[in-house]
Amino acid sequence: MSALIARFAPWRARSNAYFAQHRSLGVLVAVVAIGVLLPLLSRIPPFGDLQSMNAWVNAFTIAGIYALLAVGLNVVIGFAGLLDLGYAAFFALGGYTYAIVASPFFDIHLPFWPMLIVGALIGAMFGIFLGAPTLRLRGDYLAIVTLGFGEIVPIVLLNSDPFTGGTNGLGGVDKPVIPGILEFTLINPWPFYVLMMAMIALIMIVVFRLQDSRIGRAWDAVREDELAAESSGVNTVISKLQAFAVGAAIAGFVGVFNAAKLTIVAPDQFKFVVSISAVAAVVLGGMGNPVGVAAGAFVIYLVQSIFLKQLNTLVDNFNIPVLKEVDFLEFQYVLYGIVLVLMMLRRPQGIFPAKRRMRLFKDSEGAGK
Amino acid sequence: MSLLELKDVHTYYGAVHALRGVSLKVEEGEIVTLIGSNGAGKTTTLRTISGLERARSGSITLNGKSIEHTAPHEIVRLGVGHSPEGRRVFTRMSVRENLEMGAFLRKPGAEVQADFKKVFDLFPRLKEREFQAAGTMSGGEQQMLAIGRALMGQPKVLLLDEPSMGLAPILVEQIFDIIKEINSRGTAVLLVEQNAMMALGIANRGYILQIGEVTLEDDCKKLANNPKVKEAYLGV
Repeated sequence: MSALIARFAPWRARSNAYFAQHRSLGVLVAVVAIGVLLPLLSRIPPFGDLQSMNAWVNAFTIAGIYALLAVGLNVVIGFAGLLDLGYAAFFALGGYTYAIVASPFFDIHLPFWPMLIVGALIGAMFGIFLGAPTLRLRGDYLAIVTLGFGEIVPIVLLNSDPFTGGTNGLGGVDKPVIPGILEFTLINPWPFYVLMMAMIALIMIVVFRLQDSRIGRAWDAVREDELAAESSGVNTVISKLQAFAVGAAIAGFVGVFNAAKLTIVAPDQFKFVVSISAVAAVVLGGMGNPVGVAAGAFVIYLVQSIFLKQLNTLVDNFNIPVLKEVDFLEFQYVLYGIVLVLMMLRRPQGIFPAKRRMRLFKDSEGAGK
Repeated sequence: MSLLELKDVHTYYGAVHALRGVSLKVEEGEIVTLIGSNGAGKTTTLRTISGLERARSGSITLNGKSIEHTAPHEIVRLGVGHSPEGRRVFTRMSVRENLEMGAFLRKPGAEVQADFKKVFDLFPRLKEREFQAAGTMSGGEQQMLAIGRALMGQPKVLLLDEPSMGLAPILVEQIFDIIKEINSRGTAVLLVEQNAMMALGIANRGYILQIGEVTLEDDCKKLANNPKVKEAYLGV
C-alpha cells in the first residue's frame, strides 16, 4: 500500500504544483469532479436506500445554496474578521429583488440571468449601507447591530404588503429559461443542480482571486490588527466596506437562485436561523478557508434535512406515543448550538483550518519544545 | 522649512484634553526624542501625527504640506512611518508577510526587493526567521519587525513609540544602535521613550512633555545636564 502511495507521490506533487499555479482551473476541475461524484454516491446503499436519486440531487442543490452562503459569509467573518449575525438579510434582499420583477405579483417578467447580477449588486449596495454606519464597531457591538439588521429586513418585508405580498410572500416566481434550449422545471432537478455547480465554481474562483489580491491582503491585516493595518497604509474603511459588499453580493446572488428554485419568497424563509446556520457552517468548516466552510455548510444541511427527517420516519415506525409527537427537524437549533459550542471548545480553527492559522499552531508547538 | 512641524496641537479623547498645545519640529536627518512620564501625551502626539487621532486645533505639516486632515493611509504614503506602541506586529503572519504589509502602498518590484534586503541587512535576525509566524518570536525580535515594517514604507520620518519597552538591556542597546544606523542612512527619527537616558544618548534634540504640554526643549547634551531633567527623568 505505502509503495503504491510512494509511486504516485511525484505525480501528486506535480499536480499540486500545477494547480497551485492555476487555481481557477483547479477549482473548475474539482467542482466538475464533485458534481459528477455526488449523484453517483447517492446510489450507494446507505444513501440510495434513504431516498431516490432525484430527491438527492435536489437536496444537493439546496445544500449548495447553504454552501455558497457560508462561502460569502466567510469573506466577512473569515477574511476580514467582522462578525455578521444578520447575513440572511442580504439573501432575502436578493430573493425579493428577483421575485418582484419576475412573478405574477406585478406581472413583470424579467429574465433570470441578468437578475443574478442585479441581485448581487443590490446585495452589495445594502452591504455597504449596513457597513458604513458600523465601521467603528468591532466584536460584540458589531454582532449586535448586524443581528438587528438581520431582524429588521424580514420585518420590513413582512409589513410592506403592496410590494412584497406580506406574510404570503411572492409566489409563482419565474424559473430560469435558456431560450429555445431549456426550461427549468420543478420535476426535473438536474438543470438546477448543474446551474448550482456552475455558480459554486464561479464564486469559488472569485473568492480565491480576491483572497490573493491586494484587497485580500488588506483584509488579512485588518483582521489581525486594525491599528497596525492603518499604520501600514491600509485604508481600513474601504477594506471593511469591501468585505461587507462582497459578502452581501454573494448572498444576493444566491438569493436570486433560491427564489427561482423555490418559486416563492416569504419572510419566514429568512429568519435568524438562516444566519446562524451560516455562522455554524463557517465555524465548523474553518474560518478563512472557503473550501472548508462550503464543506461545513454541506454537512450541516445534509444532517439536518436528510438524517433528522429520516429519524422522524424511523421513530414513527416504533409506534411509541411520546416519541411520535417529537419532530426531530426542530432539533436543528440544538444541532447548531452543539456545533458552535463543541467547535469553540475543542477545535476553534475548524475542521479544515485556513492555512495561516494552521501554520501558527504548528510554529507555537515547535516553540514550546 | 522643517520636515515635520507641529504647531499648537490640541487633541482630545472625548472630554479628556490629552495634548494641550504641543509644538515641535523634526528637521531632515535628525533624531528627535520626546520624553515624559506615563500619560504625558507622548503616544498621543505620535498618533496625532500619523492621523490615528485627530487634532482638534493646531497644525501639522510635512515638508510644508498640511496633513492634519489627511487620512492615515495617505499620511503613510506621504512618508511618515509609524512603529506603534506595543509593537503590534501581525502575529499570525510570517515575518516576510509583515514586511510586505509595510510595503502595502508601493508597487512590487526591484525597489521593494532592495528594501527587503536593506531591512534584513539591518536585522539579520529577521532574515533567519523570515517564514516564521511573527507572534512566535521574542519581544525584541517583534520590535525589530515593527521597525522593519515601518521602514518598508520608505518613510522620510520614522515615528518610534517606546522601542525599548519590555526588552532586556542588551537588546535595548542593540535596538538603539540600529536606530542610529537607520538615521545615518537618511531617515529622520522621532523617538518616544521612557528610557530617557538612552534616548538622550542618541538624539540630537529633545522635548520634555508634561501633562500634554512641552515644558522644555533643548539640545540633548544640555537636557542631560539640566538638573531638573536629571532629577525627574534620569533618576540621578
